[in-house]
Amino acid sequence: MAEIVTANRLGDGVVVFLDAQLRWVAPFAQAAVFANESAKEAAIAAAKLSEARNEVVDPYLVEVVARGGGFAPKSLRESIRAHGPTIQFIFGGSALGAARSAQEGVHVPL
Amino acid sequence: MYRYDEFDAAFVSQRVDQFRDQVARRLSGELTEEQFRPHRLMNGLYLQLHSYMLRIAVPYGLLNARQMRKLADIARKYDRGYGHFTTRQNLQFNWPALKDTPDILAELASVEMHAIQTSGNCIRNVTADHFAGVAKDETVDPRPYAEILRQWSSLHPEFTFLPRKFKIAVNGAARDRAVIQAHDIGLQAVKNAQGEVGFEVYVGGGLGRTPMIGRKISDFVAEKDLIAYVDAILRVYNLEGRRDNKYKARIKILVHEKGESPMREAVEKEFAARRGEELTLPAEEVARIQAYFAPPALKAREAKSARVEHRASHDARFRDFVATNLSAHKTPGYAIVTVSLKPIGKPPGDASADQMDALADLAEDYSQDEMRVSHEQNIILPYVALDDLPAVYDRLSSVGLSTPNAGLVSDIIACPGLDYCALATARSIPVAERISERFGDGARARDIGPLKIKISGCINACGHHHVGHIGILGLERAGEETYQITLGGSGDETASIGQITGPGFSSEKVVDAIETIVDTYKGLRTDENEEFLAAFRRVGMQPFKEALYERSAGSDI
Repeated sequence: MAEIVTANRLGDGVVVFLDAQLRWVAPFAQAAVFANESAKEAAIAAAKLSEARNEVVDPYLVEVVARGGGFAPKSLRESIRAHGPTIQFIFGGSALGAARSAQEGVHVPL
Repeated sequence: MYRYDEFDAAFVSQRVDQFRDQVARRLSGELTEEQFRPHRLMNGLYLQLHSYMLRIAVPYGLLNARQMRKLADIARKYDRGYGHFTTRQNLQFNWPALKDTPDILAELASVEMHAIQTSGNCIRNVTADHFAGVAKDETVDPRPYAEILRQWSSLHPEFTFLPRKFKIAVNGAARDRAVIQAHDIGLQAVKNAQGEVGFEVYVGGGLGRTPMIGRKISDFVAEKDLIAYVDAILRVYNLEGRRDNKYKARIKILVHEKGESPMREAVEKEFAARRGEELTLPAEEVARIQAYFAPPALKAREAKSARVEHRASHDARFRDFVATNLSAHKTPGYAIVTVSLKPIGKPPGDASADQMDALADLAEDYSQDEMRVSHEQNIILPYVALDDLPAVYDRLSSVGLSTPNAGLVSDIIACPGLDYCALATARSIPVAERISERFGDGARARDIGPLKIKISGCINACGHHHVGHIGILGLERAGEETYQITLGGSGDETASIGQITGPGFSSEKVVDAIETIVDTYKGLRTDENEEFLAAFRRVGMQPFKEALYERSAGSDI
C-alpha cells in the first residue's frame, strides 16, 4: 500500500506533506510516496520527531492510489485536504480550490 | 444593543492577554498540543481539515456596523477575504494562522467581541429570534433575557465543565424563529393574564445523532426566577448527566432516560431549594438591561410606500425581493429586510469582506446601525423604512446580495461539511449549490413556495437537517458519499423531527431525488397555498416514497 505522510503546520495550520528528503512541504505534488514498510516507518518516525519539536500537529499516513498518471489520495477527505475545498466561492469561480490545485499540482508525479 | 461596561472590557482584554501567553507558550514548545487544545477551544479556535478555524461569538446574532466592519477587516488582514455565518448565529473564519489569533482576538475586543465559549462543554453563545424587538407577532423582546443569560453563563465556575456542550435559545413571538424546541433549554417568553413576563421552559431538545424535541417542563417561570430556574436545570444536568459516554452526555439523553416528570420534579426540587436567594433577578437590573434594547425613535411613516409600489410595478426582480425578503415590522411604514446569503450556486452563509462592509454601510444608513445574523445563515436589517427599500435593494444588488429567495427552496442551510470540517463524512456545500442552481430564485422557486431544505455533512447535524422540511444528511459508505433524506421536519412552534424516506442517494442522484420530492409535492398539494410541510403532514410519507423508490430511477445505494 502506497502512503504519504501529512500533518498541519503548527504556526499557521497549513496542510503539509513530507517530501523525499523528509522535509515538510505544502504542495501536494512534492509529497513523497512511501511504498515499503521500512520507508514508512522512517518517515513517520521523522514526522513524530518534528511533532515533538513543535513544528507540526498530528502527523499521519495517508493511502494514495495511482490515478490520472500520478498518485492521489484514496479517500475523498484526504483529496479535499490535499487540494482545498471543492466548492464555488462567493467571489466567483472556485477561487481557492482551483488556485491551490493549479499552483501545487493535482497529483504526486509517478 | 448591549454595550460593554468597564468590567466587561477589562475581562475580555484580560482573556486576550491570557491567550496570547498560551499561544506563545505553545509556539515555543512549552505547551504540548494536548495541553494547549483545551485552551484554544475555550477561545473558539479549532484545528480543521485545512487549517485552524476561529469561531467568533455573535451574542444572539446582534451586530452593529463597527463590528461588521471589524469582521471584514479581519477577513482581509488575517484570513482569505471572507467569513462564514453559521446556524448558531456566529461567524467562522476558515483560514486563520495560530500565531495571528491573539491579534485577531485583540481586534475583536476593540469592538466588544470575543470567541469565548464558542466551543467546549460549557454554556455556548445564547441564541434568539433574529427578528427580536421588531417582529409584528412579538409578545416579549427576548434580547434582554438572552443578554442576562449570557452574562450569568460567561465563565460560570460551576458550569464550565459540563458533561457536554449546552445550548440555550430564547424566543418571544408567536412564531418560533429560534428553534427553541431543538435546544438543551428553550425559553418562550410570554405574558400572563396580569401582563407579567414569564417563560415557558423546554428542556432536552437537540439534534445530532439522537434527535429529540424538547419537553415542556414549565408553563410559566416568573421573570425574576429565570436564572434560578435555568440554574436548577443545569445543576440537575451537571450532577446526573452522563460523563461515561460522549454520545449520551447531552441533557436530552438524561431527560429521555429519566423521563419528563421525574426531570421536572428534580428541577423543581433544586429550584425550590434556591429560589428567592441570590439568583433572583432584581427588577431594576432587568430594567437596566432592557434599556440597552429600547426601540429606537422611528419617524412616523405611512403604512404603504408609493415609491415601493412604483418600483415594483415595473421591476419584477424588485417585486420578487419585496415579496419574499421582507417581514412584517411592528412599526407601520417599516420592514424587516432579510439579506439572503444564498446567492444561486454559492455556499450558504458566506460573505466576502466587501459584502460585510456594504452591509455595515447599509445598517448605518438605513437600519439604525443594527444587523442580525439569523440561524438560517442570512443577515437581517431590522429597521428599514419602506420608502428606503429601492435604495437598499439597489445597494444590495451592487454587491450581489439581493437574491430574492428568503424562505424559498434555494434559501438552504448547510454546514461546512467535508470541504472544511474535520468531523464531516460528506460534503454539504456543493449539494446546496447544486440544489439552488436546479431550482433558482425565479418563477419555479416561487411556485414551490416556502420550503426549508437543511443539509448536514455528518450525524452531528450542524446543518439542522432533522428539522428541515426536507433534510439531507451526508454520510460515507464504502468510500463514497451518500445522502439520506428526511421529510416533514420543522424547527418552528410545531417542531417535529423529519422521517427518513428510505435508502440514501449518491451525490450524483441526490439533487434529482430532491426534484422528485418537490414535483411529488406539487402534484398532490390541494392548491398553491398549501405549503410543503402542511401537504406532507396531510398525506404522510407514502406518496414520496413511491415516487422516490418505485416510479423514478430510485436509490442507487
